[in-house]
Amino acid sequence: MGHASHHSGHSAEVQPRDPAKIKHLLTVTLILGVLTAIEFVLAFTVPRGAILTTIFVLMTFAKTFYIVGEFMHLKYEVKLLIWAIALPVLFIMWLILAMLIEADYVHAAIEYIFG
Amino acid sequence: MATAVIDEKENKALWAGDAEPLKASYGKLMMWFFLLSDALTFSGLLITYGFSRYSHDAYTGAVDAFKASVHYWPIPEKVFTHIPFFHVNAPLVFVGLMTFILILSSVTMVLAVEAGHRNDKKDVQKWMLWTILGGIAFLSCQAWEWTIFIQGSPEGLIVNDPDGTVRHIFGANLIENEYGPRLFADLFFFITGFHGTHVLSGVIINILVFYNVSYGTYERIGTYEMVEKVGLYWHFVDLVWVFVFTFYYLV
Repeated sequence: MGHASHHSGHSAEVQPRDPAKIKHLLTVTLILGVLTAIEFVLAFTVPRGAILTTIFVLMTFAKTFYIVGEFMHLKYEVKLLIWAIALPVLFIMWLILAMLIEADYVHAAIEYIFG
Repeated sequence: MATAVIDEKENKALWAGDAEPLKASYGKLMMWFFLLSDALTFSGLLITYGFSRYSHDAYTGAVDAFKASVHYWPIPEKVFTHIPFFHVNAPLVFVGLMTFILILSSVTMVLAVEAGHRNDKKDVQKWMLWTILGGIAFLSCQAWEWTIFIQGSPEGLIVNDPDGTVRHIFGANLIENEYGPRLFADLFFFITGFHGTHVLSGVIINILVFYNVSYGTYERIGTYEMVEKVGLYWHFVDLVWVFVFTFYYLV
């Protein structure tokens, strides 16, 4: 019996659907949809500013974790692969933050030079 | 001691091509690292956007009283207010719809991958087809959005040039922009255009994979891993749109 589950080459058999797996995927979909809907509502109800931007960034990160972790299956890969992808992304995030801070100074400099 | 020697030998074999140390096939790994490099490119564009935005003046008045000007960065919800067939003010509704279309096509893709794991050719075909349709729907929406953006509003914008000439401009292109500073339109075209190019190539690759599935290529090889690889790409494209939606349209 044990060897029967070992398929290779052309002998691959069609396996039945796994309702638990599909339900899990649909739950992730629902979370993504609800998060997007909340973002949409917040854009029109909360005044613009640092707080709203922070909320948006956090919600975008939450969506990223679901898409990359679940849909792209990275959560279930080997730890080394997870870090190989995640670590460079962390550096990118630092670059984004650094450039935004820099832009503020550039803006101040333009004001100072051109009035 | 003895165990240490065996471990070392095993490690050597592990990294010498005998095994998959990361428990993922060569193709999947390369797709991951390609996506990482693609993420760098998109980050470059989004960083440019953030940098340009914060080095321009921000609009400080009330949101309801917003009027476009080339002197300050516009509020996106006051720019993207159109939906097809209805002449109403519907800020960001159309972009929201586009976001949902792309998320849904991501779901159908993940279902295709799941069906591939079960070697279920019929299901893979079905979900791949839905994914392709979602991609085409998204591209059509984007084409419409670009058209509206380029044509502009009937009122247009009156611009006073520094040399004294007064011009009336309509819509946006890479040089002039009735919605705000020139860079706002430039980055709109570059960011959504670069993303749209990714969606387009994704749709084409999806069609090729769909053809191979229908032709029975993967059935013969005995694995539907190619569906998984194109799935990674497709999810990444969806992820990029999540970022574009937040940082271009919402913030």
